[in-house]
Amino acid sequence: MTRRHTFRGAVLYAVALFFALYFLAPLYVMLVTSFKTLEDLRVSSIVSLPKVWTLEPWIKAWSGACSGLDCNGIEPYFIVTIEIAVPAVLLAVLFGALNGYVMTKWRSRSADLLFTALLIGSFVPLQLYLIPLAVTLRELGIFGTYPGLVLIHTIYGIPLTTMLFRNYYTTLPDELVRAAVMDGAGFFKIFFSVILPLSPAITIVALILVFSGVYNDFLFALTFGDPAKRPIMAAVQNIVSSVYGVREHNVNVAAVVISALPTLFLFLVAGRFFVRGLTQGAVKG
Amino acid sequence: MGMRTTSSNRVKRVFVLVPSIVIALYFIWGFALYTGYLSFTESRFLPKHSWNGLDNYRALFEDDRWWVAYSNLFVFGGLYLAGCIVLGIVLAILLDRLTKGESLFRTVYLYPMSLSLVVTGLAWQWMLNPTSGLQRLVRDAGYENFSFNWLVSPDHAIYTVVFAAIWNGTGLIMILFLSGIKSIDAEIWKAARIDRIPTWRVYVSIILPSLRLTFLSAVMLLGFQVVRSFDVVVALTNAGPGYASDVPAHYVFEYFFQRGRIGQGAAGAVIMVVTMILIVTPYLLYEVRRKQL
Repeated sequence: MTRRHTFRGAVLYAVALFFALYFLAPLYVMLVTSFKTLEDLRVSSIVSLPKVWTLEPWIKAWSGACSGLDCNGIEPYFIVTIEIAVPAVLLAVLFGALNGYVMTKWRSRSADLLFTALLIGSFVPLQLYLIPLAVTLRELGIFGTYPGLVLIHTIYGIPLTTMLFRNYYTTLPDELVRAAVMDGAGFFKIFFSVILPLSPAITIVALILVFSGVYNDFLFALTFGDPAKRPIMAAVQNIVSSVYGVREHNVNVAAVVISALPTLFLFLVAGRFFVRGLTQGAVKG
Repeated sequence: MGMRTTSSNRVKRVFVLVPSIVIALYFIWGFALYTGYLSFTESRFLPKHSWNGLDNYRALFEDDRWWVAYSNLFVFGGLYLAGCIVLGIVLAILLDRLTKGESLFRTVYLYPMSLSLVVTGLAWQWMLNPTSGLQRLVRDAGYENFSFNWLVSPDHAIYTVVFAAIWNGTGLIMILFLSGIKSIDAEIWKAARIDRIPTWRVYVSIILPSLRLTFLSAVMLLGFQVVRSFDVVVALTNAGPGYASDVPAHYVFEYFFQRGRIGQGAAGAVIMVVTMILIVTPYLLYEVRRKQL
């Protein structure tokens, strides 16, 4: 009996380890590759540790890798991505929270209709928006600029944040608002001093989810980014597929690794918020 | 439900909703309809408003590349959904059975979810590229004739896209099912033990059938990813070799911005949406009806 149990346990762990290897293999190979010299890379096995560990590929990827003819590394692209993400994330989260507040605590039929209209829209393939977006951004004079991307990410982030906050605020008792109204608190006062402080977890979920959405975005970055200052994912893809000069695979791989670090780090420190946001979106959406 | 409202509150409420109303009407529905409209026009490099009926659809349906992309949508979609769900369930059960180390393994299975599809595609491009990846690894180990060139093979490239996307998407599905499994009443396990029902049968015949809603969520979530498969295709195969691993999301982009055939691209986008509606609606109706019964 016990022997059979230990045998079963061993099999379970063997299988668990096998899958762990499958999920970790690309990360491991990318990491070791990014610390190898080009010479080492040419002769060594892809899974072997570097003979000499070098930071050169990381430094070059950050500040000297070429995207097209610009050889400034990914640093400028990284910075512009953060500059786009920060305002877009804050705006999308603020409006999402306000929407959720109005839609649950001041309910009306038209607000429900608005929610449905936003929600269905967020399932549509984004390709449908590209041409009208290009036209609109051109009219506004912000095509291929960084305010243009802030606007885009704010707009298409709002349906997601609205859904997250609306689902959460439904669980807050209406008496909270009723009591505050009795005390004479106004519409915005109730939101900022009663509702918002009660929802730190969902706010973190929304911040993380929208940030990684903006940071990981490729389609809008590619279409509407300024070619000289593309957001990070479009830039990294361009660096890796760039065909000018000698291909320095260790530098390219390091660029990919660096570009992956911010969201990977967020996941490691705040994974449960990630999971909560995405699964909640799935269940309710 | 709603509060008794003063008129000043009503003004503030409307004021708060204005941006979202503009977004819904203009940036979502207006844009979608406008693209639908463009699919019936002669738009090439720029949107034009001269009507040309179904010409774009005719051109689309006569384009071999479109059919490659369109059938890839089903190959990719079917295998991606099946792969993520089957592997996700297997991993969820595995984690549920582990006595120690569950959280460590969970983190390892889940972390690809935080990576962008571009990073996923580029990482697997490195892994599957014959000159840098798996093929070289096995050859270096002494099997000189080993060959694994799916990434650059017209018949197989789309499967590498599936493979990379499953690597990225499985973790989330696993978590969905894991929380479903954990929410099952402990009494069921007790009863099953008394009746001497084998563990695997409890999962297959009792627990999984009770997770219908989880399946629904998983399908919706993954289906959503399928129509947005643009990123991973560009990063991994760039729709190649040739256009063998093209998908509609990429086809449409290419016709919009690289070929200056906006009308035809818009027609492709419309077909994408129609396909999505045709697939999702019956499934949703079926689930809703079941719920009501």
